Amino acid sequence: MYDFEKIYQPKTIEQALKLKAEHPEALILAGGSDILIKTRSGKLAGSTVISIYGLDELRGVCIEDDGTILIRPLTSFSHITANPIIAKYIPVLGEAVDQVGGPQIRNIGTIGGNICNGVTSADSASTLKAYDAVLEIASVDGIRILPYAEFNLGPGKVDLHPNEILTGIRIPKDSYENTYGQYIKYSQRNAMDIATLGCSVNVRLSADCKTVERLRIAFGVAAPTPIRALSAEKAATGAQVNESLMETVASNAILDVNPRTSWRASKEFRMQLISELSRRATRAAVEKAGGKF
Amino acid sequence: MVVGKPVERVDAFDKVTGRAKYTADMFPENALIAKVLHSTIANGMVISFDLNDALKVPGVVKILTCFDVPDIQYPTPGHPWSTEKKHQDIADRKLLNTHVRFYGDDIAVVIAETELAAKRALDLIQVKYEEQKAVFTVADAMAPGAPLIHDEKPGNVIVHSNYEFGSFDSAITEQGLIKVEGTYHTQQVQHCHIENASSFAYMEGDRITVVSSTQIPHIVRRICTQALGCSFGSIRIIKPYIGGGFGNKQDALTEPLNAWLTTQVGGRCVGLFYTREETFVCTRTRHAMDFDITTYVRPDGSFAARRIVAYSNQGAYASHAHALVANAVNAFRMMYPVGAIKGDAYTVYTNIQTAGAMRAYGIPQIGFALEAHIDDIAARLKADRIALRQKNMMQLGYVDPGTTITCHSTGLQQCIDKGRKFIHWDEKAKQYEHQTGSVRHGIGMAIFCYKTGVYPISLETSACRMVLNQDGTVQLQMGATEIGQGADTVFSQMCADTVGIPLESVHVISTQDTDITPYDTGAYASRQTYVCGMAVKKTGLSLKRKILEFAAFMLHKDVSDLDLKDSWIVHTVSNEKLIALSDVAMEACYSLTNSHHIAAEETHHCSDNTYSFGACFADIDVDIPLCKIHVNNIINVHDSGTIINPLLATGQVHGGMSMGLGYGLLEQMLYDPKTGRTLDDNMLDYKLMTASDTPELNVQFVEPSDPTGPFGNKALGEPPVIPVAPAIRNALLNATGVAVDSIPLSPEHLFFEFKKAGLIK
Ligand SMILES: Cc1cc2nc3c(=O)[nH]c(=O)nc-3n(C[C@H](O)[C@H](O)[C@H](O)COP(=O)(O)OP(=O)(O)OC[C@H]3O[C@@H](n4cnc5c(N)ncnc54)[C@H](O)[C@@H]3O)c2cc1C
Repeated sequence: MYDFEKIYQPKTIEQALKLKAEHPEALILAGGSDILIKTRSGKLAGSTVISIYGLDELRGVCIEDDGTILIRPLTSFSHITANPIIAKYIPVLGEAVDQVGGPQIRNIGTIGGNICNGVTSADSASTLKAYDAVLEIASVDGIRILPYAEFNLGPGKVDLHPNEILTGIRIPKDSYENTYGQYIKYSQRNAMDIATLGCSVNVRLSADCKTVERLRIAFGVAAPTPIRALSAEKAATGAQVNESLMETVASNAILDVNPRTSWRASKEFRMQLISELSRRATRAAVEKAGGKF
Repeated sequence: MVVGKPVERVDAFDKVTGRAKYTADMFPENALIAKVLHSTIANGMVISFDLNDALKVPGVVKILTCFDVPDIQYPTPGHPWSTEKKHQDIADRKLLNTHVRFYGDDIAVVIAETELAAKRALDLIQVKYEEQKAVFTVADAMAPGAPLIHDEKPGNVIVHSNYEFGSFDSAITEQGLIKVEGTYHTQQVQHCHIENASSFAYMEGDRITVVSSTQIPHIVRRICTQALGCSFGSIRIIKPYIGGGFGNKQDALTEPLNAWLTTQVGGRCVGLFYTREETFVCTRTRHAMDFDITTYVRPDGSFAARRIVAYSNQGAYASHAHALVANAVNAFRMMYPVGAIKGDAYTVYTNIQTAGAMRAYGIPQIGFALEAHIDDIAARLKADRIALRQKNMMQLGYVDPGTTITCHSTGLQQCIDKGRKFIHWDEKAKQYEHQTGSVRHGIGMAIFCYKTGVYPISLETSACRMVLNQDGTVQLQMGATEIGQGADTVFSQMCADTVGIPLESVHVISTQDTDITPYDTGAYASRQTYVCGMAVKKTGLSLKRKILEFAAFMLHKDVSDLDLKDSWIVHTVSNEKLIALSDVAMEACYSLTNSHHIAAEETHHCSDNTYSFGACFADIDVDIPLCKIHVNNIINVHDSGTIINPLLATGQVHGGMSMGLGYGLLEQMLYDPKTGRTLDDNMLDYKLMTASDTPELNVQFVEPSDPTGPFGNKALGEPPVIPVAPAIRNALLNATGVAVDSIPLSPEHLFFEFKKAGLIK
């Protein structure tokens, strides 16, 4: 039995936005796999809820005219993994969200819920960061466009105003075109676990596959929010594809991160993982791109 | 004959289709719900409550606090009661406690119309405490000036026991001995049965019925009478199917409080269903134990003298208390019973969650410490790890000087041989020498011995009833409980063979109801197939004799000429079929001249015990930079005597190995060192292994028939968990040269060990 005060089930986005404007304190419920946990634990007990789960307009993936990939926020993890556009252009995102929890959670959990929940361990977050995702946020006042890079304000805090709903996640063509990516989720269990650390790398190599044209790397749980490792990216740009590339990425990545010691894992251990996962993800992404070591 | 055959579980269909009824399935719709308020300090006194706001919540019926409960302290563990005062369990808790002894102690209860109302009211109760310093470790609790946790036990040591066989001090004076010392630590873990602690209670007349998910209905009845101060006849416990227990439900959990709650609301039905979080914190756990072990060994590998000092962290309440660490130091002696042996064991109160029984009762703890220590000795002597064990391990005919438990049969050597061959020990041992690189391979093994029942430490008794139906089928009723392990199935097999009827003719009554079920102490130790199997055999023979007597009357023959086979009365010599059992049964029931309602009930008082044995062999990879162990191949080989049902036996071993892997690799209960609050009280943070973390589990048996078992059988339920963690630890040592002396071998733990060893910079 969940302790909700009231629940609204709008039939259209307009209705949902109107309800959100009228009840700014209300929680948006998508798949509910974060909200119901918090409600049960008492943290959100007694709240008013607006369920957008029935709004099919907010589901699915498509390519816009300029080649931008648009992911609607209610798309479930399993639908993202199975989506042909994702599989063709950004398979690493499909692979990343395929590591969420277990099959049931991947069917109910949504990518919008994953990033709006705002935790650093969200499995879609580092890949979306590494692909420079751009968010479409709607309210009764209109639409606001925000780089995902600016969305996380702190642990569990995101830049959503009380009257707003996330309506789209976009990945521009230049971000994904001709790139190859690798996500590594490090957790104690192979399923039903949150990441102790997550690392997502994507690279674009020169035509001869000998130099790195562009490398992007982002982490989950390496800081209070998901983050990009910009020094590592800078150091890798133009680097030769050889064994020292991994060292370059890893030694710079550790300058960009700020993991915490918690009872779940110590800072020292997370630093070890940041360094090792940077190497392994970089190697794998470069190999996918045709690079040889 | 069906004993020894892989017959399907008798409850398979009901469990798979969801027809099987568990406690919550039987909970009436209009009943009340109770929720317990748990303390938010680890040690101190409750001074007062402010219930005003909580009582205003619509739907709240009653709030009861630690100031309202009967002034009675009662014991909770699932032991047979001892009629001798000094062997009785420790009575150290009340239904709700004013002196709070751990973070999560039960201090008040809300009874409400709905769960939601009860929860809302809980949040509104204000509590005033007088907080005292809390101690969480054995060392802190034993230190001078430590806070007193129970007035009855100054110094917090519940029991200190010791033994010495041979003279340790003179044995160590022998020339040329090598001294090997080690300190080993095992952690606190939880059973993680699927069904949380659950019960509901109601009154009829002046009697209280409690329906509960328990392993031990008859014992729970006795405990309820003690806790409430009422008579045996006024309490009735019903045990339906249960979703696992693993020893946690070998304790009175929610039942005594629940029994009392219904009396406080005029006998209305009240349900008390713990959440997963409460099950983690407020039921029982496996004891964390520390062991200091010293071995004096001769250069040829034979042991001259062995010493153990063991400390067991009991947590807040005594529960099973010292029985577990006593079991552990006994097994230390039994496994390698050579040379002088001296042991000390301490069980100590602390302010953490209460520990109790858990599968293999103290032996996974000593199993880890001892088998790790044996590999440490082998490393020190540069001796062969297996040969060292073989030289010193228990042999056939051994009589333990402490308990008199005798080795009536052993297949341990064959277990080792089979495992060694399966894992390709000899080839791998060579192949894995002198490795470098970041991913390394290792092989490890461990052995164990395990006593089957609890005799002679405690009473072993069991009763069984069989009733003949009019068509020649039999209702079989056991006091022993089905808790998922397959007891109902093996008892049915035994009944069928003993009486002389097919398995389909046996209807086992799975539910225990203390009003009508014969007495048995319940499912614990690895006793039921052994001890209660005897009761089935005895009762089956008695029923058969009664049937044959009636058949002799019908046939005008001498009973000694008759036998019962495959539901026919046959001639003992010619085997000629004389009359169908169904005809005998029908006549017996409806005879106008000589009706007999044929039934049999017998008690088996068991005064024997026997050891089972086994070995685990593991082949692992260690990814050093990622601090992760991957199990490539693993096998448990068991000597549990004759296997009654190979399907069920294999299932027991799979489950035990999985538990052993979790114990060795991932699981641990963590608490906040400042407040004592449990941190990982849920299935996300507590790292119980999932199916995808579990390697292929290989199982083999060797089957020497045990002369004391009813069908040549001995312990199997608990043993599979024992050897897994040390086998993996020893494989890690083999792979990396790093001897890790505490579990779990979790990534974080390995990180610091590898750093210390210089494998990670
Ligand atoms: C058993 C289990 C395992 C899990 N394992 C993982 C895992 O491995 N990795 C992982 O990353 N996560 C995991 N999660 C967390 C969770 O499943 C994900 O974060 C999921 O993406 C949440 O999506 P949802 O649709 O269920 O979110 P909800 O619970 O419905 O919402 C989450 C938050 O986002 C807000 N929100 C949702 N949609 C919108 C929107 N369109 N606009 C504005 N706000 C919105 C909600 O108000 C809420 O604050 C797990 C959860 C469970 C229960």
